[in-house]
Amino acid sequence: MAKAAPPLDIKAQTGFRTVAYLCLLVLYLPIAVLVIFSFNSGNQIMHWEGFGAGWYGSAFYNQDFHSAAITTMTIAAVATVISTIAATLAAIGMTRTKAWPGMAAAFMIINLPLMVPEIITAVATLSFFALLSTTIGLSFGLGNLILAHTVFCIPFAYMPIKARLEDMDLTLENAAADLYATPWNAFRRITLPLLVPGIASGAALAFIISFDDFTITQLVAGPGQTTLPLYIWTQIRLPLTPEINAISTILLLVSVAFIFMSFWIARERK
Amino acid sequence: MVELSKATAVALAAEKATITRNRWLSFPAVAIIIVFGILPLLIIIVYSFLKAAPYGGVEWRFSTNAYVSFLFQKDIFDDTLQFSPNYLIIYFRTFLYAVATTVVCLLLGFPTAYFMATRPPSQRNIWVLLITIPFWSNLLVRTLAVMLVIRDQGLINNTLMALHLIDKPITMLYTNFAIMLGLLYSFLPFMVLPLYSSLEKLDFRLVEAGHDLYASKRQVLWRVIVPLSMPGIVAGCLLVFIPALGAYVTPLILGGGRHLMIGDLIAQQFGTGRNWPLGSAQALILMAAVLVALYFYSRPGVKQGTHG
Repeated sequence: MAKAAPPLDIKAQTGFRTVAYLCLLVLYLPIAVLVIFSFNSGNQIMHWEGFGAGWYGSAFYNQDFHSAAITTMTIAAVATVISTIAATLAAIGMTRTKAWPGMAAAFMIINLPLMVPEIITAVATLSFFALLSTTIGLSFGLGNLILAHTVFCIPFAYMPIKARLEDMDLTLENAAADLYATPWNAFRRITLPLLVPGIASGAALAFIISFDDFTITQLVAGPGQTTLPLYIWTQIRLPLTPEINAISTILLLVSVAFIFMSFWIARERK
Repeated sequence: MVELSKATAVALAAEKATITRNRWLSFPAVAIIIVFGILPLLIIIVYSFLKAAPYGGVEWRFSTNAYVSFLFQKDIFDDTLQFSPNYLIIYFRTFLYAVATTVVCLLLGFPTAYFMATRPPSQRNIWVLLITIPFWSNLLVRTLAVMLVIRDQGLINNTLMALHLIDKPITMLYTNFAIMLGLLYSFLPFMVLPLYSSLEKLDFRLVEAGHDLYASKRQVLWRVIVPLSMPGIVAGCLLVFIPALGAYVTPLILGGGRHLMIGDLIAQQFGTGRNWPLGSAQALILMAAVLVALYFYSRPGVKQGTHG
């Protein structure tokens, strides 16, 4: 046989495969336990009594869960729309263009929410809205949470849109310009349609980030403003029932659905 | 000559118009973040220099009490200041947790990312998806899942008891171990993904070259692969270290309030009847630590690995 080892052998490092599978086990075992026990028909969270979807039924008829779901969806939907529009406009103004004075600063500002630890943003935003309400009596109600979410959704929406713009071929737009399309028409007929996958994947990320947020929401939320993560938190402090597993599983499913969507959009690109 | 300057003027005007347009396009995003993201940070800087109001909030009088009480405690009898390391201990402990989490994540994450990068392309996508799902999943739910595994009546204890290996549950929840496990579990994907995107671009001809020159596999790993993936390693460490320093959900659920980290210490100060200026000062001291970490990252020497 040939002495030269196949290329894959050169690359392989002993033990790395084991570590990789160990990582997968560590990452998925707890989630698997949570999901499996959400189908426990018994009352106890970790004592298996039989298979049943009863806890999903009880979640379905749970009024608190309903109103938390509606609050979460409202905040996430509005924050996603505002942040995606703002991020799209900013990406167009800051990509494939000659650097304008202040552009580097604008870029830093947009990415800032990613650098600041969430707990700092949370207490700062809480102080800000507390100050607004004590000094000038201004409170936006649920709008407080929506604005707080919009801030950290912007950089997440911005990244894929910017990446998409950078990958985009200029040829089509130049062709449109050569054919006497006005800049606006070229943008609307050529650039925007090509940009749609980037915008969709940015919006998906923004939605999921808002939907899942706990830290900032917990500190900024006013009385009665309960989102799904906050609802789960109040339930964790009570004696646990498998219903909390069922609700958690539903939340995980929403995340997974959006990740798949984002992945699928990204693959369509190629 | 006149024609030329006219053309230049038109070009200049067009360029100016483009700049104005681009500025306006970027304005909404920048304005939202300045007003609702940066202004609040400035407010807690101000708050940290004010007096605490008795029922939460602040009194508008200048005071450095927040910073003084970070290090000292007033003696109740003679009002003298005494050094009190309580908060420093929490900061130090959090720092140790964050460093340990980063190191363990790197030790587990590097082999994983390398293994992923050496799979055939079709398998790589599946691996990336498998690591991405926890990355974007609800942190609170994931932490709850860890709790279900390590509780006294959790998966591990139930299994060990059923196998008659132990007769009493081993206490794992609300210990240092629980927090470490929770942090590791939360941030492992943050390490793997940047490492993978760095290793994926690795030129494996260099690995072959090392092999041809009679380097052992481990020599190639340490002398070629690791130096070349340094940017990914640094990015991954930062992505784990910074959120681990500010971790809030993990100590809240798995620490049970007994093993405080900076994150829940700060949040505690903002409850009703607590000390907002002290909380602001604590948040700013944490922010300073993060800026130091970011500074080391931005130093040119750190990222040189790309050309190594």
